Amino acid sequence: MIEHPRADELIEAVAGWVESIRPQLNPRDAFLSRVAVNALNAVKRELSQGPAAEVAARSRLSALLGMEADLGTLNAELCERLRRGEMDVATPGLLAALKAGIEDQIAIDQPTYVSVGRR
Amino acid sequence: MEVDIPAALAGLAPKLGGTGVEKAQRLTGGASMETWAFNLLGAGEPRPLILRRRAVPLDPETSRSASMAAEAALIEAAGHAGAPVAPLVRLCEPEDGLGEGHITGFVAGETLGRKIVSDPRFDVVRPHLARQCGQILARIHTVPTGAANLTTADAQGELDRYEAIYRTSGAERPILELALQHLRRNLSPPMPNVVLHGDFRNGNLMFDPDRGVAAVLDWELAHVGDPAEDLGWLCVNSWRFGRADRPVGGFGDYQDLLEGYMEAGGAEVPLSRVLFWQALGSLKWGIMCLMMYSSYATGATNSVERPMIGRRVSETEIDLVNLLEAGL
Repeated sequence: MIEHPRADELIEAVAGWVESIRPQLNPRDAFLSRVAVNALNAVKRELSQGPAAEVAARSRLSALLGMEADLGTLNAELCERLRRGEMDVATPGLLAALKAGIEDQIAIDQPTYVSVGRR
Repeated sequence: MEVDIPAALAGLAPKLGGTGVEKAQRLTGGASMETWAFNLLGAGEPRPLILRRRAVPLDPETSRSASMAAEAALIEAAGHAGAPVAPLVRLCEPEDGLGEGHITGFVAGETLGRKIVSDPRFDVVRPHLARQCGQILARIHTVPTGAANLTTADAQGELDRYEAIYRTSGAERPILELALQHLRRNLSPPMPNVVLHGDFRNGNLMFDPDRGVAAVLDWELAHVGDPAEDLGWLCVNSWRFGRADRPVGGFGDYQDLLEGYMEAGGAEVPLSRVLFWQALGSLKWGIMCLMMYSSYATGATNSVERPMIGRRVSETEIDLVNLLEAGL
């Protein structure tokens, strides 16, 4: 694996350059340049946080479903059981598992997102 | 096909009562629709106008958008009903060379949701906005259902429609599966149908720091259905811009919204019904994000905006989990 520069350093360099040219851009491109920087930052977070999140998701879903498999298979099985109505909001551990998984995902996609709280 | 918008607008100027146009510029935002600002030149001061046009042809099979003709008819009907709108100037004809579109007056103000919820310029008017939005929705909901050619959809119909889109996408998202199942099991008895704006949210409203809502924009998703759909959509957390603590658009409370709605002649809508539609709104927005990502994945569009919007599905999922946990 090439480490000089690391992938995150390349991402930072490109994001920094896009930021630097934004003042010269027309409004449409300035908007898209913001989206582009957001995309680069999501990739950077996924590189650092994604592997641990996947390991955690796999063990969580294994426990919930009572089976061992790769993450894709476990996720598909969970969807299938929900479609068939075999699991619902009252299923012990379901909401907690879903919440833990989506918290890891939002930390990658949009770490500043403020979700709805309890009323 | 690329259209030279400034040239087409210049050619149209005489029909708009002017001699030419200047400063034609595409504005930010809007993935499926283009919005352009321009000045109409003629005798006297330049007149600022707005062109909205469909960037890609309307596909009546897959799109739920109203035609631009229906949008134009609704803008006029809503204006007559007492809702603030940008006045219609022209519904574009094929010979205008602008494709499907319309031209309206320009209404000054701010549309950026983040500014509405946080800019000190809106501190004075902000506490009144939820009630005002309720009043405006009540006025829109009085528009006769025959005023424009619109589709009809109730909660069951919306769930069917969005589930079909989700299934077609091939995505496997457990939280969306659970939300579909839960909402289907908790449908309320229907209320009488009304004309809905369909996309009444912070971001599609023009705000004035003194008067509050100056114009209701973006009528593309108008349809006929449950009055609580519009009320709930305004409360979807994705348009609270970080102010999750202020459920109505990031600027107000449920009670003010519902009181304003009744004050202006709207029906009594229980909060539980608004919350149901708010959750359905999060689900719909999540599936729309998946759909917009799909248009990138299949090569139909190549903007950086489309794939990145796919990363907004997770925001709707975390909101749905929290709503389900709170008992919806």
